[in-house]
Amino acid sequence: MDIRELEKIAAQVRRDALRMIYMAQSGHPGGALGAADIFVALYFAHMKHQPQPFSPSGVGEDVFILSNGHICASWYAVLARSGYFPIEELATFRRINSRLQGHPATKEHLPGVRVATGSLGQGLSVGIGIALGKKLMGDPHRVYVMIGDGESNEGQIWEAALFAAHHKVDNLIAITDRNYKQIDGDTREVLDTDPLEEKWRAFGWEVLSLRKAHDFAEILTVLQQAVELSGRGRPIMIIAYTTMGKGVDFMEGDYRWHGKPPSPSEYERAIAQLPATLQDF
Amino acid sequence: MRPRYVNLGAKETRAGFGVGLVEAAERDTRVVALSADLMGSLKMETFAKRFPERFFQCGVAEANMIGVAAGLATVGFIPFVGTFANFATGRVYDQIRQSVCYSGKNVKIAASHAGLTLGEDGATHQMLEDIGLMRGLPGMVVLSPCDYNQTRLATLAAAQIEGPVYLRFGRPAVPNFTPPEDPTFQIGKAQVLLEGTDGVIFATGHIVWEALQASYALEERGLQIAVVNIHTLKPIDVEGVVKWLERTPVVVTAEEHQIHNGLGDIISHIATQYYPRFVERVAVADTFGESGKPQELLEKYGLSAAFIVKAVERALRRV
Repeated sequence: MDIRELEKIAAQVRRDALRMIYMAQSGHPGGALGAADIFVALYFAHMKHQPQPFSPSGVGEDVFILSNGHICASWYAVLARSGYFPIEELATFRRINSRLQGHPATKEHLPGVRVATGSLGQGLSVGIGIALGKKLMGDPHRVYVMIGDGESNEGQIWEAALFAAHHKVDNLIAITDRNYKQIDGDTREVLDTDPLEEKWRAFGWEVLSLRKAHDFAEILTVLQQAVELSGRGRPIMIIAYTTMGKGVDFMEGDYRWHGKPPSPSEYERAIAQLPATLQDF
Repeated sequence: MRPRYVNLGAKETRAGFGVGLVEAAERDTRVVALSADLMGSLKMETFAKRFPERFFQCGVAEANMIGVAAGLATVGFIPFVGTFANFATGRVYDQIRQSVCYSGKNVKIAASHAGLTLGEDGATHQMLEDIGLMRGLPGMVVLSPCDYNQTRLATLAAAQIEGPVYLRFGRPAVPNFTPPEDPTFQIGKAQVLLEGTDGVIFATGHIVWEALQASYALEERGLQIAVVNIHTLKPIDVEGVVKWLERTPVVVTAEEHQIHNGLGDIISHIATQYYPRFVERVAVADTFGESGKPQELLEKYGLSAAFIVKAVERALRRV
């Protein structure tokens, strides 16, 4: 798929996410907009995956786990638009009787979700377990896990970091959504995780730096580099320098957009910056 | 009708787990095991030697261990995680809640050193709240076998249950009195060890032996007190419990757990919903334990056979 096509999908996914959050009058727009390009790159151009029929085990395909589950609005949009479930279902986000829970869940059997996430710090460990399982059963496919940089405050992340390196989980490609923002403010003020790349390197991981995390050529190049580094005895971490709220000027880089929906006037200003590029849900 | 259970030799319930785990792995190649730097204490060494590629040493990092197990379960393995009961539950409650139970993962949580009887290590390690924590989780099966033989059988049964299981056992060598193959041990069924017409003691785990001794002591006074082993705390055998509530107003529970949220609450819940009875509880009285020998602790904290006898006497006085 060419890059212009990916950009077109990503623009629609941002619009989807913002509409979902506005319609639900709740959700997490900042991170959803910030990670949208990476989700689109993974699902439309990089991973080998099979939306239909959905396999909860993910055996025989690449698997993605969203550990920072709160940013799921744009992930759900990507899952729908890549064929996991009907795009009309995006309108049910965060509503009663929906499969699109506020944080990703398996109980309602939403295709694309393989483990519940939301309480932070847990998805990386689960991804490691899936990767170990794939090795044990001889499945050559890879596991991708996104974690947040605020999430990286959690001790379990660093337990997982130790474990994956020790057990040479080299079919695992993790991505840190490094936007330097968490609920209460800048990560450097709340609980500093810098120098983050050095930390992961010191823990025994291969570390790749994705500086232009909204440039598809760059995203795909770094993902490909990660694939080339896989299978060599080390887990891989991509530090993706994303911009929270990417695509809506007044949300960009502002931590206050972590977890609140826009007001009607804010929504009008925001949606005007995200014109439809595909059919709306 | 009232068999005399004899101690076939003191054995550790955790050793029953270790043996059962190896057998489960022989029977099913999907069985894998994870340990948080306690493979010796959990008797997982034989498994690790026999099936090195199916054993994952996780180090002292229990939260990650639970998550890795959930991942292994996702692709179809049957992971057993093994550590002490407090590290297997309280320390990783949220991981079990979200990554295992809410996610519906087929993970078996094997918890040794539960209760006071781990002894000298003291209250930091004497987990007395775990039954409550685990039975509160939707979808979790909670097993608490009474001796070595039954722990082996419970381990084999856990491997065959589809879904999360909490398997509780202990540290010390305790009387082994149930048969190695026991058709009366069925998951989800209250196990009647002694029949009786004058009262009933519901007991679980290591305390089942104490309950038997209490019943034999009362027999000498001409009382026939039934002993029912509640090895499956969840799902509880409502029918199997109600049957006894209907038969006798003398109802006692005995467990190596806090008085809150354990077997006493489970039986009381049934007694308030299905057949009203007073329930006398033998349990730890909302306090922490301390260092000491297992039997000394059972005496000091009121869980031994003598205290179960007293509880039966209290129940008799209320009739």
